[in-house]
Amino acid sequence: MSKFKKKKGGELPAISTASLPDIVFMLLFFFMVVTVLRDTNLLVQNQLPKADQVEKLKKDRAVYIYAGKPSSRYQEVFGTEGRIQIGDKYTSIDNIGLALEEARRKLLPELQDKVYVALKVDGETNTGLVSDIKQVLRERNLLKIIYITTPGNQLNN
Amino acid sequence: MGRRATPEVNAGSMADIAFLLLIFFLVTTTIEKDKGIARQLPPIEPPTEAPPLIKEKNLFIVNVNKDDQLLVEDNLMELKDLRQAAIEFLDNGGAPSGSPEYCSYCKGARSSSSSDNPDKAVISVQNDRLTSYEMYIAVQNELVAAYNFLRDRESQRLYGWKFTEVNKAINEGSFKGSEEAAKEKLEAVQKLFPLKLSEAEPKTKGQ
Repeated sequence: MSKFKKKKGGELPAISTASLPDIVFMLLFFFMVVTVLRDTNLLVQNQLPKADQVEKLKKDRAVYIYAGKPSSRYQEVFGTEGRIQIGDKYTSIDNIGLALEEARRKLLPELQDKVYVALKVDGETNTGLVSDIKQVLRERNLLKIIYITTPGNQLNN
Repeated sequence: MGRRATPEVNAGSMADIAFLLLIFFLVTTTIEKDKGIARQLPPIEPPTEAPPLIKEKNLFIVNVNKDDQLLVEDNLMELKDLRQAAIEFLDNGGAPSGSPEYCSYCKGARSSSSSDNPDKAVISVQNDRLTSYEMYIAVQNELVAAYNFLRDRESQRLYGWKFTEVNKAINEGSFKGSEEAAKEKLEAVQKLFPLKLSEAEPKTKGQ
């Protein structure tokens, strides 16, 4: 008779949380691996224009040029005229070539010939500044460029 | 010298510590994805070379002034109409049938005052130095969209898939099937509508 006797108490057994640390660690490692801490400190405003006919940039072969008005905290010193930033500092138009060369040497040697110049330019900048940059790039024979944009379309904002 | 057994370390707070780290990395993570409009700049030509002559009817001139207004072929135009105008120009195929320049796949108006064939058609963009970069990109975007529309149409007709979709799949490495064969076909479609965008040196301020 006692075979089918109910076990005493109807309480649910406690769920074991012993594997919780393992699960959390797994997530932790995932995020640690995909995290890229920003390596450049933006000195210029960078509200990128919108476009939808875009291609993906291969990051391993890219050199970045930022341009735009100086960020609000630097405007007292540097004014509001559009400026160019490569790496961590402002660069004048004459020094772009050297600064790019420096950035290019940090890439993998086999990719240095396939380098793309990624232009991250603020939407309110004048086109004149961009064409100055492009002229220098042509003189330097760095002919592959990509205008980085944000997804969207200028037409329907 | 009675040796005591080392007490077990309490691992109960391990989860809390791991959670703390996890939340830190969750917050700092920015999975960046850079996308944009790729361009090949023209190399600097030796000054002795004479620039190639282009017939006026094969040239589609887009002018952007310092107030971001568009002048297309001497007419004021809204940005939203630019794409269609560019498509009509590229797809015109004005060369008479039988001539070597005849465009068999064009579906345009075949007007003799517009471009002969897509290979001859050149779009020339002229900016003022004070044009905003936003507008510049918007114009470039619309023109690339016009080319993509026509390339999609042709690849759909010839191979049954869309140029832009296959190109994207190959770039992302998710293309199923032979990439080599697809790339050849992509190039063939590109040849039907070669991207001929010329940029004039921008004019001086406010002209």
